[in-house]
Amino acid sequence: MPTPSRYWREIPQRYRLEAEKCKGCGLILFPPRLVCPQCGKREFERTKLAGTGKLLTYTVIRVAPEGFEDQSPYAVGIAELDDGARLTAQVVDCDFSRLKVGLRVKLEFRKIHEDGAAGVIHYGYKFVPE
Amino acid sequence: MRDVAVIGLGMTKWGELWAKPLRSIFVEAALLAIEDAGLDRIDSMVVGCMSSGLFVGQEHLASLLSDYLGRNPIPAARVESACSSGGLALRQGFIEVASGMSDVVLVGGVEKMTDVTGCEATFALGTAADQEYESYHGLTFPGLYAMMAVAHMHRYGTTRDQLSMVAVKNHDNGSKNPLAQFPSKVTVEMVNQSVLVADPLRILDCSPITDGAAAVVLCPLDMAKRMKKPAVRITGSGQATDTISLSSRKDITRLESTHIAAGKALAMAGRKIEDMDLFEVHDCFTIAEIMITEALGLAAPGQGGKAVEDGVTGLRGKHPVNPSGGLKSKGHPVGATGVAQAVEVVKQLRGEAGERQVKGAKRGLTQNMGGTGGSALVHVFEAD
Repeated sequence: MPTPSRYWREIPQRYRLEAEKCKGCGLILFPPRLVCPQCGKREFERTKLAGTGKLLTYTVIRVAPEGFEDQSPYAVGIAELDDGARLTAQVVDCDFSRLKVGLRVKLEFRKIHEDGAAGVIHYGYKFVPE
Repeated sequence: MRDVAVIGLGMTKWGELWAKPLRSIFVEAALLAIEDAGLDRIDSMVVGCMSSGLFVGQEHLASLLSDYLGRNPIPAARVESACSSGGLALRQGFIEVASGMSDVVLVGGVEKMTDVTGCEATFALGTAADQEYESYHGLTFPGLYAMMAVAHMHRYGTTRDQLSMVAVKNHDNGSKNPLAQFPSKVTVEMVNQSVLVADPLRILDCSPITDGAAAVVLCPLDMAKRMKKPAVRITGSGQATDTISLSSRKDITRLESTHIAAGKALAMAGRKIEDMDLFEVHDCFTIAEIMITEALGLAAPGQGGKAVEDGVTGLRGKHPVNPSGGLKSKGHPVGATGVAQAVEVVKQLRGEAGERQVKGAKRGLTQNMGGTGGSALVHVFEAD
């Protein structure tokens, strides 16, 4: 089981949706990086992700990996947010039959999974229909 | 650079090899390759393996394998690039011989995947995705390829039946391969009705969990000409990377790293894609083969589904893809796959492929990729 530092250092992104905007080309980087993959600049300003966007694609996971067995089946998607950032998360509070490309979603703070009975409880963002 | 030839091929029957440990699986394939080469000399060894650490709890693999092969103290390296670890091993071996650093190099690939439960294997394979921003949310590899399939179907109208036709074709080819894990034939109806893994992908859209190894022996072309087997040259090697996170990709319906690696390999060989007589490609899922045929230029963007439907990629089609049965039927011991693709292409170019022989094949191409295309390796082979 990993030490808590592994999860603690991701808190700004997972809890507060902190991203960075490249001062060179304006690309939103989530998670933050040290080098902009688009223009190579290394100066950024902190920003917060747009809380809404639309699904680019999705699936329903029926065979789960270790740690998610008790949640399956569950939906996962990639959304493009209104600021252009793209990210992956579960799609919840949404009947599977409603899933479609272009579905409007918003980000909500939710529990993701836990490291067994005595381990860390992991939180983060999920998509819910707008 | 020196011209490089493949002189020995080794592969054993793949499957759930419960009675055999990783080291024996590897050594059996390596011994076959050395015997096939007819040359009892190995100067150096490169082994592709994705995750012996997670699958069997063993690292420091290269030295262990050279020991069990009885070849200590030769230099040995283990390389990793997820499911393209085998292709990467081939490229490293090629570079080593071409550069003049070594003359006879054994290139192997191995994975032992059935010592863990299905959930643990799914987790181990998932480490080829972004652990913090994809796997963290419960994504699996079938899930990632399912999302590529949904996007491809939405954008281009690729159909459920077209996905199934990839499985039908590859199991048909695999039924002619005595080493395949699942040589059984399937029908479109069977694939369409098999259990869902990650919508829309069903179990028969997915390559299996496999134990297996493959090996080839490489040497300079002038040395190969003195050997008993017909020399097959590696005339092109290309490699490219892309984001491992699917959400960071500009276009999730396109495998850009494969497109770039193929361009580089073909340019090195001085050939065009139409010059190739057969293709062994990374059909880890049915949608993957459709997208690969597009990335290689065998079909226009969005037309990969139609290509399989029209029989273009069939064994007797214009561009035979995966005559071996591919990952789908032959099996997918992840680190071994890239090397096994080379074994099949060289067999075909020697005219030793039996019932699945592509008639008159003189040139072939392998395409091996890691993750959802975060890495890609392409090699071009030509009968001398």
